[in-house]
Amino acid sequence: MLRVTDCGLYCEAGDFFIDPWRPVARAVVTHAHSDHLVGGCDRYLTAARGVGVAKERLGQWADRVEGMAFGETRSINGVRVSLHPAGHILGSAQVRLEHRGEVWVASGDYKTDPDPTCDAWEPVRCHTFITESTFGLPIYRWPRPADVFAEVNAWWRANIAAGQVSLLFGYGLGKAQRLLAGLDASLGPILLHGAVDRMTTLYREAGVLLPDTSYATTARGAASGAMIIAPPSADGSTWAKKFGAQSTAFASGWMLVRGARRRRSVDRGFTLSDHVDWPQLLAAIDATGAERVLVTHGFTEPVVRWLRERGLAADVLATRYEGERDDPSETPATVPTDPITDTITDPITDPITDPPTTPADSLPTP
Amino acid sequence: MKAFGELFDAIDRTTATQGKVAALVSYFREATEADAAWAISFLIGRRPKRLIKSALLRQWAAEAAAIPDWLFEESYTQVGDLAETISLLVPEVVDASPDPSLQYWVEERLLPFNRMDAEQQRTALLSAWGTLAGSSRFVFNKLITGAFRVGVSDGLVVRALAQVSGVSRDAISHRLMGQWEPSADWYRRVMHPDTDDADWSRPYPFYLAYPLENELTTLGDAGDWQIEWKWDGIRAQLVRRNGKTLIWSRGEELLAGRFPEVEQTAEFLPDGTVLDGELVAWRDGAPLPFSELQRRINRKTIGKKLLADVPCALVVYDVLENGGIDLRTEPMHARRTTLDAVLSRLPIGGTLHPSPIIPAQNWTDVHAARSSAREMLAEGLMLKRKSSAYGVGRRSGDWWKWKVTPLTIDAVLVYAQAGHGRRAGLYTDYTFAVWDGDTLVPFAKAYSGLTDIEIKAVDRYVRQHTLERFGPVRTVTPGLVFELAFEGIQESNRHKSGIAVRFPRINRWRTDKQPADADSLTTIRAMLRAATVTS
Repeated sequence: MLRVTDCGLYCEAGDFFIDPWRPVARAVVTHAHSDHLVGGCDRYLTAARGVGVAKERLGQWADRVEGMAFGETRSINGVRVSLHPAGHILGSAQVRLEHRGEVWVASGDYKTDPDPTCDAWEPVRCHTFITESTFGLPIYRWPRPADVFAEVNAWWRANIAAGQVSLLFGYGLGKAQRLLAGLDASLGPILLHGAVDRMTTLYREAGVLLPDTSYATTARGAASGAMIIAPPSADGSTWAKKFGAQSTAFASGWMLVRGARRRRSVDRGFTLSDHVDWPQLLAAIDATGAERVLVTHGFTEPVVRWLRERGLAADVLATRYEGERDDPSETPATVPTDPITDTITDPITDPITDPPTTPADSLPTP
Repeated sequence: MKAFGELFDAIDRTTATQGKVAALVSYFREATEADAAWAISFLIGRRPKRLIKSALLRQWAAEAAAIPDWLFEESYTQVGDLAETISLLVPEVVDASPDPSLQYWVEERLLPFNRMDAEQQRTALLSAWGTLAGSSRFVFNKLITGAFRVGVSDGLVVRALAQVSGVSRDAISHRLMGQWEPSADWYRRVMHPDTDDADWSRPYPFYLAYPLENELTTLGDAGDWQIEWKWDGIRAQLVRRNGKTLIWSRGEELLAGRFPEVEQTAEFLPDGTVLDGELVAWRDGAPLPFSELQRRINRKTIGKKLLADVPCALVVYDVLENGGIDLRTEPMHARRTTLDAVLSRLPIGGTLHPSPIIPAQNWTDVHAARSSAREMLAEGLMLKRKSSAYGVGRRSGDWWKWKVTPLTIDAVLVYAQAGHGRRAGLYTDYTFAVWDGDTLVPFAKAYSGLTDIEIKAVDRYVRQHTLERFGPVRTVTPGLVFELAFEGIQESNRHKSGIAVRFPRINRWRTDKQPADADSLTTIRAMLRAATVTS
């Protein structure tokens, strides 16, 4: 029902794409991270809860976005399409397609751990399940989020005692708000980097309850003992240095492994991911009841082999999605493009400058 | 054990020197003497050798984690550290049992692996994995794999011990040299306020030079400096005391029996003599290439043929002790006079040669000497202030090493392999090729020289341009060109290209070049001829 073309995951029967990586006429979008949301399409369909962030990301194409409630069903050229929560970020959805009795689910990015800032993932029964595999190795087993937040708050408390501000880095969309929701706001002021601030406003507008915050650049004078949340690209920037004595931390699933922690050279690494870990991935696949699994971005080969050894029909689906990258904002400028295969992925851009750039700048050039 | 695991975490977590020293100080203040002794031993790199065969360790870990071997290997490739992979994969049993000491874990649980057969090892290992948790378990795994390393220099450990004991740093670092067994008793001796002790076998801490990065003229008057060749061999201290000869490498490894011809000549030295120099392969008054010396390194037993093929000598540049008296605080020029006198009393035809002093009237002469260093098979020059004492460790100001400008060629990336540790999961270990006609011949491996950002960019290239995978190695579409630098070049029948280079590293990424612009074997052979003609 779906196949990969030059432009993305294509549903021929319905003549639309899911998360295309080039501009197309009709796009069904799982969520607003830039490896899933490309500018320049004629029409976008996404979960109603995610319309705000998607519009922010799309800028000049914002008026082409249409929302659809979770569970609602629409027919696109005879293919029945519905969206179901994926638990990844605000408004993230799995796309369920039904055509001539055959059901496919494309899950985009998802997690099953609790997260108060978005609707919880729910299993959707299907024949074919398309899953990500960002953390598809058994070394990845997440600690309980509550324990991680306890660590984050303890770190903040220790920094206050040491007269330092706390600079916590995480994706501007999704991770930052989840971190925010887990902070103990009684400890001190919480400041946000511009890129985080914009998205946080949209979260609040969508009804997500978050602690009070200030815009970091204007509230710099009140930064004593503060927790500052910023995108990873702000690490080491002059913007960050201006806050004076500080301790830095990075929140990501990658921080589970010591080598990755050391490479980032932040003071602390907190293991917090918006993707499933190994046991959750296997449990999620199991819960869909799918007889066929297509594995995309991440550790595709080991996951496929594991599933096949357990009797499932599994294959690698080669897409351009990137999941959670270790270095989400550093875009190598010097990689030469390969003229034959043209396989260089579009960089995920995370707005790094403050004051913010125009949203359109943060999208890959179509 | 828990305290030592926490010390490891504390050191691992901070990059600040002060924070590391503070963590060490508080550990040594709390630890028992026996625990402290083991901790020092591990922290300064005297770790036990691998106690269990890697293949068995992996097999048992995969079993304990209930995953197939291939998945264990995939995981290991991503983590880049066997001990950590095991810690992440083998389920933890949260156990409220008491926390036995580091001494107990080392002496009763770790070292006995040496005497066990495989089945006993397996049982003991699974029991240890079931008892330890968190960083204690990780540290234990690191010790088992013989790969325990932590981000402190010996200097920081010495600093912390000095702070805890009130004994001077120099005295502490001298006490950590030579041969000793970690024990409570030994720890008391290390921390003892009476510094008039001596252990006859002990070498002195090595004094190390800094690379010269500034202009020569910043060093003042050329006449204040002693100029020598920087020999390409093994730095060593020869200790002659109690009628015995001990040769210590800079890594404080005892090289007993490895250089019998040097020990032979050393027998003629009087007791109470300590010399500092470079072990080199040496024939007819001149050094042989380092690759010749390599044939002698790592050989425990040296056969007659090898002795005849690769004769070795100690090129001596300093005397640290004479007549049993520590000369290290005397100025360089005075020590040199003593050294010449000591060596002149040796029989002719021996294997202890004074490192010649290069006559230089001014800095222009020094420049000229450096440009002829390669002909001497030297790595460059050493510049030592004539008035300098023999210090401890690497201290800036009095001793400089000034290497020759490296040779460079442009080569194409053809294979990549994931790195370890800090570079785990990233393709950082590269093989480069040059043209031989219209094919690319692998020619050198290089691991260092790129920035973190460049490494990430190359990593992406590798992932997106993989042609084939052979285990952990990927072949890639030739597309990236790098300038490689290396110190020396030689013919080799062990390398496909017929050429071996010394200390290759990446000088820079030639983003301006295409594979077709890379150098060819012909160019390299010409370099080889140039090097051979001049030497």
